[in-house]
Amino acid sequence: MKILNIILSAFRALQRNKMRSFLTMLGIIIGVSAVIAMLAIGQGAEYSVKQQIAALGTNVLMVYPGAQQQAGVRSGAGSATTLTEDDALAISRECPAVQYISPGAFAGGQVIAGNLNWSTSVQGVGSDYLEIRQWPIEYGDFFTDQDIKAAAKVCILGKTVADNLFPEASPVDQTIRIRSVPFKVVGVLTKKGQNAMGQDQDDVILAPYTTVLKRLSHFPNLRFILVSATSLKDISAAQTQISALLRMRHKIQPYDGDDFTIRNQTDLAATATATTEVLTILLASIASVSLLVGGIGIMNIMLVSVTERTREIGIRMSIGARARDILTQFLIEALVLSLLGGITGIILGVVGSNVISSIAKWPTIITAFSIILSFGFSIAIGIFFGFYPARKAAMLNPIDALRYE
Amino acid sequence: MTRDLSSSSSGTNGTLIQIEHLTKVYQLGEVDVHALRGVSVNVSKGEFVAIMGASGSGKSTFMNILGCLDKPTKGSYILEGIDVGKLSRDELALIRNKKIGFVFQGFNLLSRTSALENVELPLFYGPTSNKIRKVKATEALERVGLGDRIHHYPNQLSGGQQQRVAIARSLVNDPSIILADEPTGNLDSRTSVEVMGIFQELNNNGITIILVTHEPDIAEFAKRHIVFRDGKIRADKVNNKPKIASEVIKEIPVIDDEEEAA
Repeated sequence: MKILNIILSAFRALQRNKMRSFLTMLGIIIGVSAVIAMLAIGQGAEYSVKQQIAALGTNVLMVYPGAQQQAGVRSGAGSATTLTEDDALAISRECPAVQYISPGAFAGGQVIAGNLNWSTSVQGVGSDYLEIRQWPIEYGDFFTDQDIKAAAKVCILGKTVADNLFPEASPVDQTIRIRSVPFKVVGVLTKKGQNAMGQDQDDVILAPYTTVLKRLSHFPNLRFILVSATSLKDISAAQTQISALLRMRHKIQPYDGDDFTIRNQTDLAATATATTEVLTILLASIASVSLLVGGIGIMNIMLVSVTERTREIGIRMSIGARARDILTQFLIEALVLSLLGGITGIILGVVGSNVISSIAKWPTIITAFSIILSFGFSIAIGIFFGFYPARKAAMLNPIDALRYE
Repeated sequence: MTRDLSSSSSGTNGTLIQIEHLTKVYQLGEVDVHALRGVSVNVSKGEFVAIMGASGSGKSTFMNILGCLDKPTKGSYILEGIDVGKLSRDELALIRNKKIGFVFQGFNLLSRTSALENVELPLFYGPTSNKIRKVKATEALERVGLGDRIHHYPNQLSGGQQQRVAIARSLVNDPSIILADEPTGNLDSRTSVEVMGIFQELNNNGITIILVTHEPDIAEFAKRHIVFRDGKIRADKVNNKPKIASEVIKEIPVIDDEEEAA
């Protein structure tokens, strides 16, 4: 029997029980569209996490002061106050794999502009900070090396701060008071949005680190040093060089631990990506359970169909159908069910993911992989769950089948 | 002996079927049921045989073996030179497809499938192209007088017409024999004679027909009677004066629907 004829007769057999065929397919439709939608959501999340991490600059290293150790009692990271301005200068001077460097200081507090006030954090940074962060200025200027040397009371506002303190006028050349210290605003940063942790990166004021150290934090040493490697592949070289340099400068004995910590964004990126990947796999496996249930539905209906059509099988055998002809016929019927369901499910899944992303503002990504995967899955399910009923039909004894009432 | 399906008889002037010492034992639980206890018979080309006997006589078992639906326990069955007892399941299916046409008591047509498609069905399991299949099926339907009803569905046809579709289906692959198992069992007497008329016509054109029936009236249309009892052949005689269906039918009054209602 030619394959085209078998497919045609499979369609006709399924047409005879339209409602039943549709309900059977529904199991596969729901399963496939769930898999597609879950993969789309998971991969969308993965993509946006990657984007945000890339926005941080993936060749960036953060050097923090390490844990303080006093008489064997260790405090947390950053509790030591070992990073100095000189360390930062030494790094920029002596580490060839380092391209940009920005010492970092930190202060928080209430900021007042005219009759408005806002609580935010003030970061003291160096002149290369915006290069490292790849963060352009929307208008105005960044402070100069001269400002840093002189510990000038100038600052640049993040978008959120600018919007809250100067809702109407331009903040440039205005004066704000940070903890009662007047600062002149020289520029406003472009909007950067949330970071991977969900924090608003625009809720910040940048000022020369020298000014922050002297006027605001009253804390002699640096809170961090931000470094960018010359290229992505130089990150580990930069890390080694900085580590060696700081150990030497801090006179750490070979058997002692570092008094500083170096973190790089690729580690963070890898962790975050791995997390979302696990999430995607989890979502997809939950969805594929419903695909499995759909497959069992197909098997169930095919078994019913074989029983109902025992006489037909007997007739076909008596006029010359071989066991494999009967097997093919029922297998193709199961396959047509699962494939029709699969294709409908793919369409529904694609439409559904787009609806989700437009309503819930979630990024969703549909890859060819997820479509091929679901398509392949539906074929596999058709064959797997169709085989047993088809075999049952093919193994019938023609005489018994003919007499079946 | 050859297994080539195209080979004709094994030599002896047109012998189609050679059956020797055929036995069939069914095992029902621990009891052995002897359905056939040594049956030997030859059937030549062009014969019209009626197999008769009460239920339980073994005639149905014999028919199943003749139709290659079942295998004998012992003994040999040679159909056109092929030892059927030695064939596999698939080879038996091929024999059923090419050499045997079945006509059943309950017609056994596929419902919701047109007359034409029912008749085409045996050709689906062979190498016939779509075009030739349609032509052959139409010809077979015309041969049984249903040329004007090829697109009707079984539920739109009378019992006699359905049986004619079944006969057309059995004819379509030009089989060596047509096996008819109580073909008139579900039909009224007039339609029965009509169907027997078709068989006689086909037989006159050289087709071998083996008919199972328990109605002596129907057997009268065949040229040879084989009577089964208790798994053995009790009588095998030539019917010298078979009834001619086309003559008998003239004597049967047409039952009018109105008359029936009155």
